[in-house]
Amino acid sequence: MDPHYLLQLAIQGILLGGLYGLIAVGLSLIFGVMGIINFAHGQMMVMGMYVSYWIFVLLGIDPYLSLIVVAAVIFVLGYLVQATVVNRILDYPEAMQVLPLVAVGLVLENTALLLWGPDYRSPQTALSLETLWIGPVMIDVSRLIAFVLAILITTGIFVFLKKTRTGKRIRAASDNRMGAILVGINVNRINNASFGLGAAATGAAGALLLPLMPLSPHMGHDFTLTAFIVVILGGMGNLIGALAGGLILGVAESLSALFLPATLKQVVSFSILIIIMLFRPQGLFAGKK
Amino acid sequence: MTRLYLFLAVLFAVLMALPLVLGNYVLGIFVMVYFWAYVGQSWNVLTGYTGHISLGHALYLGVGAYATTYFAQNFGLSPWIGMFLGGFIASAIGLFLGFLGFRFGMRGVYFVILTIAFAEITRLIVSHMEALGSFTGIFLDFDPSFLHFQFRGNVPYYYISFGFMVVSMVVVRTIERSRLGRFMVAIRENEEAAQALGVNTFKYNMLAIAISAYMTALAGAFYANYIFYLHPNSMFGMATSIELILRPIVGGLGTIFGPVLGSFILSPLSEISRAYFSKGGLEGLHLILYGVVAILVVLFMPKGVIVYVTKMLNPILKPETARQGKRGDDADGR
Repeated sequence: MDPHYLLQLAIQGILLGGLYGLIAVGLSLIFGVMGIINFAHGQMMVMGMYVSYWIFVLLGIDPYLSLIVVAAVIFVLGYLVQATVVNRILDYPEAMQVLPLVAVGLVLENTALLLWGPDYRSPQTALSLETLWIGPVMIDVSRLIAFVLAILITTGIFVFLKKTRTGKRIRAASDNRMGAILVGINVNRINNASFGLGAAATGAAGALLLPLMPLSPHMGHDFTLTAFIVVILGGMGNLIGALAGGLILGVAESLSALFLPATLKQVVSFSILIIIMLFRPQGLFAGKK
Repeated sequence: MTRLYLFLAVLFAVLMALPLVLGNYVLGIFVMVYFWAYVGQSWNVLTGYTGHISLGHALYLGVGAYATTYFAQNFGLSPWIGMFLGGFIASAIGLFLGFLGFRFGMRGVYFVILTIAFAEITRLIVSHMEALGSFTGIFLDFDPSFLHFQFRGNVPYYYISFGFMVVSMVVVRTIERSRLGRFMVAIRENEEAAQALGVNTFKYNMLAIAISAYMTALAGAFYANYIFYLHPNSMFGMATSIELILRPIVGGLGTIFGPVLGSFILSPLSEISRAYFSKGGLEGLHLILYGVVAILVVLFMPKGVIVYVTKMLNPILKPETARQGKRGDDADGR
């Protein structure tokens, strides 16, 4: 087997894995604070892609420049979903919490379908076809930028959670909900902000993904599932685990191209998921919960 | 009680007589109402009664459809027999999933994700199997005869789907009144407590998933010979899994009439909007409506619409219980 090809695949996997990590950090953050699994996570990412797409097509602004705007729009979307739906179901049995979020995903997906049709769209951004050679290894420039920005955003989220007042409140609510209420934190607002932040992370990932793959309303499910796999790999609610899990899954999927057709790579991810759930449900890096 | 049975008997007679007055198109809508009511009921056996949410039930529907069609096309086996074989295959898959889920303590969200993973893996594998039509799917030849489970016009399909629905209701009622049903509800309410009281929860969870998978697979056989086209994405995809759980949720989980009521509410909505809106480029609209209805129901009537319908009909259908209730109140008042 050609070692260069192997290296090429591994690097591609790591680069895409950074994006998986960002998506999963959003999911893990939401789970950590509220114990809710966002079954509409991938659909929110797709919404981010569409916002980014329309800004690019209508205003001609490159997805990397409009990133903040996209994140802000999806933050508002997440905030509203939390304020209208999720806050009301926090005390429901776990099973009944699944359904409203599945329904939110259904609404988002079909709103995109209704507004923008089922066609695949792949915008030609300035950098989307640029490549870079490092020795024998070829790297897509847009993939590299996406990776770097994803890592930067993820680091930004960590710093935000560690250093700012709101970030500390979020961590407090995540550690001990009742305790947070007792020391006077407005947990409802923290919930809204956390869901918004988690959504914004996946929305930003969508914007970074836009130059990398064609966009369609139905791609949300796949990313919701990818985010689940990553989060379970890293441990539910463990943010650093989510980032590491993203890199692992990216590489695993990429390397599976060696022995499987590309369309079957998800079989590998799902098998990893089932094995992890069977033998190490707390995640590879043993989350704090 | 007698009035309730009288009401159901009249309803049964009216629905049996409908093909005499309704046209083919409207009958087709009823076929879908009964079909989704039946599938919802099958899902209800697992999720409504034991509380383990399956978001991958399209898997069993697809297995039933593909198995029946495969046996019919390759061995000339009548779908009337093939569908029961498909049921056993679906049950076997369900039992394997159940073994992993229930033996290894995957509960709540973990179980949900396990069911999704099974359905997705099956979808991907079927998409790559030449023998099962791979990406293009399978077209069924139309060769109407009773033996082939294929008919001209909707009247036979109407009675078959109606029969499916009624039988499923009888089956669920039988389960509900049996030991099995009580144990399943005990598991739903509190699995650890049930176990502590000596209920073999593993066994009853496995039974529930096997029955549920079996029933769902039979619907797959019906679907194949009604639609005449099988595609891995539409048979095993998550969209189908979501579609089939909405009716029992809206109608009322863990009840006999919930899935039926939910189907009578949602299925015509989908058929009508598909017929009228999709021409105007509004193809996603019925699913948006579904989503909104499902959210509202879970938020504001988590026990389903059936609760309100029962409340409304009770004074008419069960006057004796209503009166007893009043007498009881008086006694308490003194």
